[in-house]
Amino acid sequence: MLLDLRDVHKSYASRDGGQPVLRGVDLQLGAGASLALTGESGSGKSTLLHLVGGLDVADEGVIKMQGTDVAKMNDAARAQMRREVVGLIFQQFNLIPSLDVAANLSFQARLAGRHDVNWCADLMDRLGLSGLEGRYPEQLSGGQQQRVAIGRALAVRPALVLADEPTGNLDEATGDAVLTLMLDLVRDTGAGLLMVTHSPRLAGLLDARVHLRQGQVA
Amino acid sequence: MRRAAFLTLLSHWRRHPGQLLTLVLGLSLATALWSGVQAINTEARASYDEAAESLGQNSLATLEGRQGPIPQTRFVDLRRAGWLVSPVLEGRLRVGDRSVRLRGYDPLTAPLAAQAVDLSAPDALTGFLTGTVGFAHPETLASIDATLIDLRLSPQARLPLGVILTDIGAAQRLLEVSGQLSALLVWPDQPRGLPSLADIAPDLIRTAPQSTSDAARLTDSFHLNLTAFGLLSFAVGLFIVHAAIGLAFEQRRQMFRTLRALGLPTRKLIELLAIEVAVLALLAGAIGVALGYLIAAALLPDVAATLRGLYGAEVTGTLALRPGWWLSGLTIAFLGAAVAAAQSLWRVAKLPLLAPAQPRAWLRASERGLRIQAGIALAFFAIAALSLTLFSGLIAGFVMLAALLLGAALILPIFLSGALTLGGRLSKSALGQWFWADTRHQLPGLSLALMALMLALATNIGVGTMVSSFRLTFTGWLDQRLASEFYVTGRDQAEAADIREFLIPRVDAILPIWRIEGALEGQPGEVFAVADHPTYRDNWPLLRARAQVWDSVAAGQGVLINEQLWRRSALNLGDQVALPNGPTLPVLGVYSDYGNPKGQVMLGLAQFEATYPDAPGLGFAVRIAPDKVEDLRNDLAERFMLPDALMIDQAQVKSFSLGVFERTFAVSAALNILTLGVAGFAMLTSLLTLATMRLPQLAPVWALGLTRARLARLELLRAALLAALTAIAALPVGLALAWALLAVVNVEAFGWRLPMFLFPGQWALLGALALAAALLAALWPVRKLATTPPGDLLKVFANER
Repeated sequence: MLLDLRDVHKSYASRDGGQPVLRGVDLQLGAGASLALTGESGSGKSTLLHLVGGLDVADEGVIKMQGTDVAKMNDAARAQMRREVVGLIFQQFNLIPSLDVAANLSFQARLAGRHDVNWCADLMDRLGLSGLEGRYPEQLSGGQQQRVAIGRALAVRPALVLADEPTGNLDEATGDAVLTLMLDLVRDTGAGLLMVTHSPRLAGLLDARVHLRQGQVA
Repeated sequence: MRRAAFLTLLSHWRRHPGQLLTLVLGLSLATALWSGVQAINTEARASYDEAAESLGQNSLATLEGRQGPIPQTRFVDLRRAGWLVSPVLEGRLRVGDRSVRLRGYDPLTAPLAAQAVDLSAPDALTGFLTGTVGFAHPETLASIDATLIDLRLSPQARLPLGVILTDIGAAQRLLEVSGQLSALLVWPDQPRGLPSLADIAPDLIRTAPQSTSDAARLTDSFHLNLTAFGLLSFAVGLFIVHAAIGLAFEQRRQMFRTLRALGLPTRKLIELLAIEVAVLALLAGAIGVALGYLIAAALLPDVAATLRGLYGAEVTGTLALRPGWWLSGLTIAFLGAAVAAAQSLWRVAKLPLLAPAQPRAWLRASERGLRIQAGIALAFFAIAALSLTLFSGLIAGFVMLAALLLGAALILPIFLSGALTLGGRLSKSALGQWFWADTRHQLPGLSLALMALMLALATNIGVGTMVSSFRLTFTGWLDQRLASEFYVTGRDQAEAADIREFLIPRVDAILPIWRIEGALEGQPGEVFAVADHPTYRDNWPLLRARAQVWDSVAAGQGVLINEQLWRRSALNLGDQVALPNGPTLPVLGVYSDYGNPKGQVMLGLAQFEATYPDAPGLGFAVRIAPDKVEDLRNDLAERFMLPDALMIDQAQVKSFSLGVFERTFAVSAALNILTLGVAGFAMLTSLLTLATMRLPQLAPVWALGLTRARLARLELLRAALLAALTAIAALPVGLALAWALLAVVNVEAFGWRLPMFLFPGQWALLGALALAAALLAALWPVRKLATTPPGDLLKVFANER
């Protein structure tokens, strides 16, 4: 099992005390499988993704990534997991503005010590980024930026790709093209995929789907 | 609408009190340093003016001798011819270890403006005319041993500091210049039909009332130096204000956009922003003036000591709240805020407010700006070079300095950008490349603070090099000038003669220190006697000289002049110098004479005695084995009852001279440290404000696998790297500044040029200080980053931002 979540709880502090976001979520994902997380705004989709990615820590419950409990990891171990095991794709792209396309794409892989020049070149080619290596993020369109973000996530050959509304900032045609490309590449690398989306249509493209409602699996 | 919009704009400060504090403190500090310096200058100038006014110098015309002192008979001639004139005699009178200005006047003939003391009381005038009474300011009386003067001194608060006023006859007696006058005061209203001055007194020249006093003229360059320092500190402070205002405007773009969308015209928006800046300037200006008062009060005693030691100018040690300087402090705060806000206001007026902020686009725009900036920097360097080659004078020197510093500040971001690009190219790791690229990316936000740091460091290096070079030269020069082991002064001519007789069998040599004052090349000067002795031949610090110069001077074939006179009058070896009431002789050599504002001539002893037979010959330098000095002092004290103040050994003179020197530069050192402090504050504010904008840039790197602690360490390293690169850039600028101060400004201001020495130890210390300042400034924002909750970092990735 690539990912195994048991009774995960998370709440955020607010003026009125704790504001529960996740209330006992259970979820499993096998290696190479893909799962869509859907739900209303505020249902806890992104929070769940952040907990899985080691970006935040659950209040209660167990999150096992490749058999290791993420909740028991310290800050450095979680950072290592983010570097080596997980590939993150955000709605806002979140590329590094001071690095050009080639450096952005290879950044995480180099950070993890897994830089494969041929693989990166292949990714650039398959993502349609050839010729744009020397450009900076603000010189790219939204679709191009998201393709760089996908390449960055896959360059490290992660076990799990976490995508948070990856096409939310793109028009429908561009979004579909980018998503198709992402799903093809994820399948080719054998990575698992956990994707947050509002769209039932896009969710239907993945192997399975989990709907969250008020912090619980519906 | 106006009120609602204004309150909306102000609401930003309620949410960002730290930013408000930064802005107000930055402007306050800038204003404080400026107004502090201005307070000192204003106080000193007021003292000079009060001194001149109380003696009638700036309201009465005078008659002065073309060749020096005026014979008393000339006064009698003029009075007989109907001219309403009144005699005045002035000279320096040594009282123990201090010297005061002794002024003698005639109360019966003096115009009202020159009547500085009230002699209307019964017997007051009679007492005064008997020549046994004198007046002095209470502070002057407290600072001298009045028993050493043969006058009954009374306090008179109206008199300037450092002056003793007495009857003209008493002054002639005490100064030992019988039958001589310094000048004749001319009554404003004269009878009609008077004979022409050219006919009855062709040797006199009429001088109009002086708008500035002698002291003001002499100390002009000193005050100009202080003003330049104040201006520099103010400029450094302005960098903080500029950064703070820029950030406040940048952060409120969204608000401006909304206000405009809701119908507030751009013009009205600019107007309201200008009012906001004005209100802040008023607040910061008031705080700055108050701080400036404290700075001035702390520095004034040192400045007063410097002015007394260097120029003999007396300044009261207390500070008055004069409207002139606090108004100028507020004005400069307004002007500074206006300059700092102008660019931001222009941007609000011109830039499309609907364009979203793009950090990298900001950098690219800045790269375009950098090219323009490089052009402007080169233009400033050209101005610096031109002002050096085409013009002369102190103002040209300061124009050169200002252009050099501005050019260097503007070129700094280009230098840093180049260095960081090179670092990125040499780096192999992903993290390393990101570090260099991201550091370069921070430059636009940090460059103003770094410019301020560079200016402060360069000023410290420049002024530090100048002061240390001066100290080294001055110490060596003192060793040469003060070769004699002991110095003794008689209280009058007869006692001096007795002392000489007493010394002859007891010491190796007796060298007279005799002098007269008079005009040299049209300016105040003095003529010294020089004995033909190895003390001078072996030690005197000659800058240039003809062959056999000492033989020629001893034979009366020419004179030596000091560097000040040589430079001021552009004299060459062989040129003729007219001595006051004496012959005209060729210049045979030039000697260095640091710390003396006046021109000076050294004349062979025999010729001096022949030319000035009435000169008071009271002082002697004595050559004697150092271990016999103490015995000699005791013998002299026993035989002549001489007070300690009239017997000084070499070590005492040196320590006194070095004391004057150290106090002279105490103000520079204090201003240096304050400027560096302001620059450190600029770093802190820039890093703090940048820290709030850094999260979106750092969060992705954190998400991709770096811990917050490691990111924080990298941020610390980044601050240290930028400070180190800035310190490296500051070194050549500081050395250029030191060269300009030593070779241009000092020569123009004081009349002497000093050799430049290098002090790498000082640079290392300053570099370490810069690093420490940068690390300290970075510590707070870095700690904030290291402890940022993941929730805050996650907000960067939140979809509904």
